[in-house]
Amino acid sequence: MQSQREYVLRTVEERGIRFIQLWFTDVLGTPKSFAITPAELENALEEGMTFDGSAIDGFSRVQESDVLAKPDPKTFQILPLRPARGGRQAGEHSEVARVFCDILNLDGSPFEGCPRHVLRRALEKARGRGFSFYAAPEIEYFYFADASPAGAPVPLDGGSYFELTVADLASDLRQRTVLTLEDMGIPVEYAQHEDAPSQHEIDLRYTDALTMADTVMTVRLVVKEIALERGFHASFMPKPLSGVQGSGMHTHFSLFEGDRNAFADSGDPHGLSDVARQFIAGLLRHAHEITAVTNQWVNSYKRLVAGYEAPVHVSWAYNNRSALVRVPIAKRGRLDSTRIEFRSPDPACNPYLAFAVVLAAGIKGVEQGYELGPETSSNLFSLTSEELASEGIRPLPTSLHDALVEMEGSELVAETLGEHVFEWFLRNKRAEWEAYTREVTPFEIARYLPRL
Amino acid sequence: MQPLVLFPDLVSPWLSSALDAAGYPWRGVPSVGAAESSAPEEGWAGAVAVASEEERGESLRSCLAFCRALRSREEPVQPLLVVVPASQLSALDFSEDLFDDFVVFGSPVLEVEARLAHLFRRTGRGKQRDIIVYGPLALNLETYQAVLGGRPLDLTFMEYELLRFLAGHPGKVFTREVLLSRVWGYEYYGGARTVDVHIRRLRAKLGEEHAHLIDTVRSVGYRFGALRWLPPNEPRAAPRG
Repeated sequence: MQSQREYVLRTVEERGIRFIQLWFTDVLGTPKSFAITPAELENALEEGMTFDGSAIDGFSRVQESDVLAKPDPKTFQILPLRPARGGRQAGEHSEVARVFCDILNLDGSPFEGCPRHVLRRALEKARGRGFSFYAAPEIEYFYFADASPAGAPVPLDGGSYFELTVADLASDLRQRTVLTLEDMGIPVEYAQHEDAPSQHEIDLRYTDALTMADTVMTVRLVVKEIALERGFHASFMPKPLSGVQGSGMHTHFSLFEGDRNAFADSGDPHGLSDVARQFIAGLLRHAHEITAVTNQWVNSYKRLVAGYEAPVHVSWAYNNRSALVRVPIAKRGRLDSTRIEFRSPDPACNPYLAFAVVLAAGIKGVEQGYELGPETSSNLFSLTSEELASEGIRPLPTSLHDALVEMEGSELVAETLGEHVFEWFLRNKRAEWEAYTREVTPFEIARYLPRL
Repeated sequence: MQPLVLFPDLVSPWLSSALDAAGYPWRGVPSVGAAESSAPEEGWAGAVAVASEEERGESLRSCLAFCRALRSREEPVQPLLVVVPASQLSALDFSEDLFDDFVVFGSPVLEVEARLAHLFRRTGRGKQRDIIVYGPLALNLETYQAVLGGRPLDLTFMEYELLRFLAGHPGKVFTREVLLSRVWGYEYYGGARTVDVHIRRLRAKLGEEHAHLIDTVRSVGYRFGALRWLPPNEPRAAPRG
């Protein structure tokens, strides 16, 4: 620990860093930050920086509003130089670094509203059973011409205005994003999506879930920032355009016991261990309860509809993209890469909370030895609701409201998020639903006003 | 650290592997003149002169001549290690002033390492390395900064620690377990996956051009830098006679 602090302090001095951004996340997954100077850094590393939490979503409390932001020195990273107009000047160097923070109470105990703490606690619990938890998300998003809330969003390569330059533009944005991420030590496998206009996808290589949640926060910022430099808007909104597919964050998960992939079993015809089956069973049994967390916005449920490659039913399969949990076949001899893909989360979730509830649901299945039902071999999108019911396949919640009802009754989610986050989240999300139901939408005007 | 000068330049795999394993950079020279002309700006860190079995002592004579030349410079090169075949040990009599220590050809690699460490400790040079240089990569251990091709690398603490360890032992293969215990110490959890993840992050930061500095040795672990000696299952050059 001492040497980590020393490393951070020395680097700040040697590299002429003038500001250190302290990053943390509110309960809804919005990035928050404030900057300190090198003079304050030593104290911040030692004791944390006090700030008023009452302005942060999900941090407010009745009695005490002050909390501490304590940098996690492991996450200290100099930010890549923002390319100035006209390119980088010789001798120019970045003067800004960032470090992720844990939020603490003034007495130094973890603050119960801190999403990083929620995930840490879930990981700790899994570690108690000998498991470490790895995640590799595929983050989808759209580029738009601007972020104006008035009028329909204009995709970069959908509007005729950009048609001539769009190929260059997309590849330029892509290249800059990937290079910047790699400079920050985030290995990327990038794929441009073809299904929706202007939709893109960044696939991240797996890492431990806490680092990955930090990474998702970083990726969202970098993607938005680089688009903004060119005057465009990148959005992780789950379903920004009607009629085309939305943005998901399919995430591959695996459990390791020491160096052994706990999901792999070479004796099984599919290479899948009992732990993996129980984990999937846990995810499926508790899927309804955790959906409000993995899909936390009114708009999230516009993505979870049939016909757009998003999961709609609680099911699993080896290679069926309509299933909620997909088990990719591990390559022969590469049992180490055995993993499951959970397909409901969207990229506008709070990754700390989402990974925490996924882990908790899966571990519950392992603890209780849940039985995993047979895989779904048919294309669920083509079945009628009667056929689904007869196969015992339930739909996922179809609205934020339904998801909140399921969450409210969930002991698993309450325990995983902790009372503070659980209650605040339900309150905040009910208010969002409430506001939504009061709104008269363009859909209604167009459909009803002329007729009724 | 500055390189050691090795004489003659036909270096046996036994010696080069010993030096590489111990983490000493080195350069072979064919003559005293070459040692002078190719000396680094700050001078050689030390010298290793090798006498071989052949040539009826001719090799030992030229080896000692090389030592004498380095010794009689205005700024003598030191420390000076002589490598002799066991059969010619007696020929070192009355030449003790020409070198600081000797080692018998073909001795265990660890012995060479130990003697060099001892010499450098006595002369107060070398091994106290606060800069590691490998090709385009330089690490300043005092300031914790890494530079690649003149461009500073923005590393996290663990990435820096991992790179420092690997670059400090170029050419050597480490298993994930060894890296975990030497780099992470007791503070880690998550097992050997942690190593893979950090190696990948490090490679990403080194960039495509230099990512190969860290090699994956299939089903063993990782190696920094080029392999410069024979693998252990190859027959090694051994003293004859």
